[in-house]
Amino acid sequence: MKNVLVVDDSPMIRRIAKKILEELNFKTCEAEDGQKALAAVNEAMPDAILLDWNMPVMDGLEFLISLRQLPNGGSPKVLFCTTESDVKHITRAMQAGADEYIMKPFNKQIVKSKFEEVGLC
Amino acid sequence: MSNAFVGLQAFLLKSSGLSLDKEKKYLVEARLTPVIEQAGLSDLGELVTMIETDKALAKKVIEAMTVNETFFFRDRQPFDGFRNFILPELIKQRMRQRKIRVWSAACSTGQEPYSLAMILDEEARAMAGWTVDIVATDIAETVLKKARDGIYTHFEAQRGLPAQHLVRHFVKRKDNWVINQNIRSRVDFRQQNLMADFSQLGVFDVIFCRNVLIYFAPDQKRDVLNRMAQRLAPDGYLVLGAAESVIGYSSEFKPHSDNRVVLTRRSAPAQAEPLRAGASLEQARSAK
Repeated sequence: MKNVLVVDDSPMIRRIAKKILEELNFKTCEAEDGQKALAAVNEAMPDAILLDWNMPVMDGLEFLISLRQLPNGGSPKVLFCTTESDVKHITRAMQAGADEYIMKPFNKQIVKSKFEEVGLC
Repeated sequence: MSNAFVGLQAFLLKSSGLSLDKEKKYLVEARLTPVIEQAGLSDLGELVTMIETDKALAKKVIEAMTVNETFFFRDRQPFDGFRNFILPELIKQRMRQRKIRVWSAACSTGQEPYSLAMILDEEARAMAGWTVDIVATDIAETVLKKARDGIYTHFEAQRGLPAQHLVRHFVKRKDNWVINQNIRSRVDFRQQNLMADFSQLGVFDVIFCRNVLIYFAPDQKRDVLNRMAQRLAPDGYLVLGAAESVIGYSSEFKPHSDNRVVLTRRSAPAQAEPLRAGASLEQARSAK
């Protein structure tokens, strides 16, 4: 069973995302901002990270840049999951090392399709 | 079973080949109640009587009852097959004509032909100087309008479509994503009922006809497949849906060895130099 770290400052979004991912047979854990997510990946590197962009303390892009510099930080598939839904943000995320991009609001079909895209579904 | 339901079954079978079994009563209710209300009628019986003479209403009934589920790069395997061996093989076979014709039959809101157009756009360098026609047809004008407009909602634009493709081939307009002119201009959308004569569409090198024959009655399925065989070049390819097969309906086709949803004509000429699956288009060109 693959592990997904869900990073989002909204408890409701974390709850919905975890429910969808568990239905898709993923094991999940969660973090509420980029800094807590960094602590979590230092503890155990997940197979994938579902990552919000706008969060307090450390945002998603800063987290992604830091993650990709870690010794095993290139391995997890990173899927942004954010309300930022324009070409500029998507391009910036992909250039920083994101593997896929989900625009909120999302549903199970979109999450499944994007995890298939990165080869995890 | 009510007379109205039996009448509707007969109408759909004759007009569009759609096979409606009695378990689909819920579907009839869900899809035709708005049509009945909009026409100011009181029930299905009245609707079935009216469509005998009212062509516009009959068209609305067909459109409401047609399944339009689709998304970009749906099922992936057919598109991988198109990119990895259909195109390379055709490039080798059509080196003299430098022209390929593709038909996306029952294209609904356009995601399938646009997915093919995106693949062709990505292979544009390898295909410089080639003409590729993509003809996309559907029975329903309403879905064809949406396909021609190329405007997709937030949900449609994310389903099946990798983010890299989204930023490369679409622009954002308000909350929707609009396919760019380069991709849109590669597809020629036309209204076509598969039950009617489609010989005027010409001959194709590839026909995508996915997830539509499953809704057809056996006789209609046989008829459409045999007429499609006449529209497919002897060395062309027919691509069906994952749950579809020609077994028992047509002896004109045989499965391709590299991809189970791709079929070739039984009368296809033997390949002198078979290409391995996954060979690049550049390799195909140099294999002339």
